[in-house]
Amino acid sequence: MYDIVIIGAGVSGAAIARELSRYQARICVVEKEEDVCCGTSKANSAIVHAGYDAVSGSLKAKLNVRGNERMESLAGELNFPFRRTGSLVLCFREADLPRLQALYDRGQTNGVSGLRILGREETLKLEPYVAEDVYASLYAPTAGLVCPFGLNIALAENACANGVEFKLQTEVRDIKRLGEGYELCTSQGSIHTKYVVNAAGLYGDVLHNMVSQEKIRLTARRGDYCLLDKEAGALVSRTIFPLPDERGKGILVTPTIHGNLLMGPTAIETEDKEGTNTTREGLDQVLAKAGRSVRELPARQIITSFAGLRAHAPGDDFIIREVEDAKGFIDCIGIESPGIASCPAIGEMTAELLREKMGLEEKAEFISTRKGILDPSTLCMEERNALIRENPAYGNLICRCEMISEGEILDAIHRPLGARSLDGIKRRTRAGMGRCQGGFCGPKVMEILARELGMDRLEVTKSGRASRMVTGINKEAL
Amino acid sequence: MESYEIVIIGGGPAGLAAAVSARKSGIEDIVILERDRELGGILNQCIHNGFGLHTFQEELTGPEYARRFVSQVEELGIEYRLNTMVMDISPEKTVTAMNREEGLFQLQAGAVILAMGCRERPRGALNIPGYRPAGIYSAGTAQRLVNMEGFLPGREVVILGSGDIGLIMARRMTLEGARVRGVAELMPYSGGLKRNIVQCLDDYGIPLKLSHTVVDIKGKERVEGVTLAQVDGQGKPVPGTEEFYPCDTLLLSVGLIPENELSRGMGVELNPVTSGPRVNESLETSIEGVFACGNVLHVHDLVDFVSEEAAAAGRYAAAYVKNTDKDSERRAGIRIKPGEGVRYTVPETIDPVRMEEKLPLRFRVDRVYENCYVSIYFENRRIFHKKRRVAAPGEMEEVGLERKELLKYPHLKEITVRIEEE
Repeated sequence: MYDIVIIGAGVSGAAIARELSRYQARICVVEKEEDVCCGTSKANSAIVHAGYDAVSGSLKAKLNVRGNERMESLAGELNFPFRRTGSLVLCFREADLPRLQALYDRGQTNGVSGLRILGREETLKLEPYVAEDVYASLYAPTAGLVCPFGLNIALAENACANGVEFKLQTEVRDIKRLGEGYELCTSQGSIHTKYVVNAAGLYGDVLHNMVSQEKIRLTARRGDYCLLDKEAGALVSRTIFPLPDERGKGILVTPTIHGNLLMGPTAIETEDKEGTNTTREGLDQVLAKAGRSVRELPARQIITSFAGLRAHAPGDDFIIREVEDAKGFIDCIGIESPGIASCPAIGEMTAELLREKMGLEEKAEFISTRKGILDPSTLCMEERNALIRENPAYGNLICRCEMISEGEILDAIHRPLGARSLDGIKRRTRAGMGRCQGGFCGPKVMEILARELGMDRLEVTKSGRASRMVTGINKEAL
Repeated sequence: MESYEIVIIGGGPAGLAAAVSARKSGIEDIVILERDRELGGILNQCIHNGFGLHTFQEELTGPEYARRFVSQVEELGIEYRLNTMVMDISPEKTVTAMNREEGLFQLQAGAVILAMGCRERPRGALNIPGYRPAGIYSAGTAQRLVNMEGFLPGREVVILGSGDIGLIMARRMTLEGARVRGVAELMPYSGGLKRNIVQCLDDYGIPLKLSHTVVDIKGKERVEGVTLAQVDGQGKPVPGTEEFYPCDTLLLSVGLIPENELSRGMGVELNPVTSGPRVNESLETSIEGVFACGNVLHVHDLVDFVSEEAAAAGRYAAAYVKNTDKDSERRAGIRIKPGEGVRYTVPETIDPVRMEEKLPLRFRVDRVYENCYVSIYFENRRIFHKKRRVAAPGEMEEVGLERKELLKYPHLKEITVRIEEE
């Protein structure tokens, strides 16, 4: 019997697990995929928004501003990439100036610091590639960039180090009330727990509806993105937004924390909670709208495109509360943008809610820090050579685009909650994430995964389940 | 810091031929840095035949062709380091490299020969919509898995792009037990060699669908199929022409890009058309003493021409090291302009004083031409006019320029290469 089971190992589930791991409790995270960070958390803009977008007084506003404040120290504690780069919301007509002013005012109410409205000249001075007919912009210096995988994995690893159990490839199929607690019927058998946290992303409504008569429906909104080569990464230095509309913040153009250029997302409603396919219309829309904000976007530098789904809740706000007719079942759903920015605060808020309810007590042995995978490029030549002497795998370069060595890949496999697939390696080390998209390192990473995990290379997958990389050996079908 | 007269980056066909010729030109102190576990580069995975017709007047497989050069490298006692990745080259020609045994180390080069080859463009280059499942490979990656490691990437295959690697892989996958449902090509003509279309597709009854592209990829975990559609003259899919092909694998052969990260890092000027360095008659880049050859300079169709070009780079690098080219005024020389119908030329400038007696001027045409003329103009005067029955972007063109001819025009500033139709 667990005290708390958290369903979902996305950024919300992982942040909650990490915050709860401060307390004396038996906690488990169940995740249907083969790795953490496999849903909404892995395919988004990776922006730590400043916090002027959300309606004042909403959870989104409160948690965004708080999450943004916390992100820097969290990045220090848990050793994941984060940088405050600032953002600009562009306004192209004098007539739209009141909308920009309204954003500014809302930001002030929400407690966002440093906001300024800039005129055309100043905007273009900051960002010379912004469309020349820009009229004014809202500058938010506190906005930042984060590595979404790095953030999610760091939170999960730290939770794991503090005693939280993770059950991967475990899909919750039904939830039953059982005495004072719950029985979760999963693909790996049943799990008993006193409390449940529903952080199941797009499936949050499905799980909620298993225990409550107050039915909820989350809408999946697809966002298509295009990612450009690092050569284009310096076109803008800050995140560039258009004026937001009722569908969201619009299509942005931003550098990524690792130096690529990202543009997107669209906001297309879909019935299919697994519909992470990009479409021609979606990608064309990204290119057209991004091109409205920033000029000379080199479309030929696109190295990949992808789509993510966000779970949109009715009422346009996060839902974080105990379900009224299901005591001990805490919803943490409808976490769409600014979910990444808010996650530190989502973790705090949910953990606090449970602490109060359960009377949780802190444990003395809580480890607040975590060391990420060593990045040898941060070392000087002598340090790096000492590292290679100690472990020659660091001298064997596997991914030439991102310059990732075998040493980093081995670390990714063998650390707690280690990588089990090519995508797992990619999210942890960036091997395969560069301009050749794994064409060069793919076969090498397959070989390393098979060797280290003691499996046949035929069993190596891209991302678990049926995503096998090869289907057989030569001539066996002849 | 260790130093070498010539450091060659890459031990593929270009690097090997450059090393052999530099040594034969009298340079003792040479090292080849190769990132793979053996010399030979991409040839090692090209186990089909058809290599060496020009160089050796016989048909060799890729590994056999490589062997001929590796043997020479060994006989000549040229030093090489394997499993060694070059991390950086400074404008002062300090080469930083890394391997398991030596760690990170630096070499000071008198001259550098860039011979890093090229890489394949990924799916993003065409921005193909759809899912991102397992089973999408660039053709060269699939070739490595099949030919070097013995694994079949899939059983039911569609290939996008009719570049040579795609064509070769259509045949290879068929021979290894997969079913290739077809090859789609965005352009109205193939980007590959005619002989490969005949020997790799026609002979196996594999359809080539020109003016077609992949407009959707189905399958969340593994590829379940792709949708092909016809494209119009602008390359846009024509609605209503979509056709679904069930398959578990999509191979992409959608172009090669010279791998110039190191060149760019050291500040070598690149040509946006070839994505390779701009070079003069000596195959010398914008940085003095840094030479380029093979696919890192511009993507070739035939390895024979890579070897020939690389041998020239080796000779010129040797001359640079020995300072025998010092007589030259190092003037900007004659500019070579790609005129109508010509996408680029290599080299882009010629100094007739420094050039060898005969210099191959290589270029590609911008579309398929039938019964056209290749013309060379010295300023406005046509001095060369030769008929070509067919000229296609997939086949590199070459015209020989003679030094003694060029020296007759001391005031010549510009040479233009044009394709002229009747």
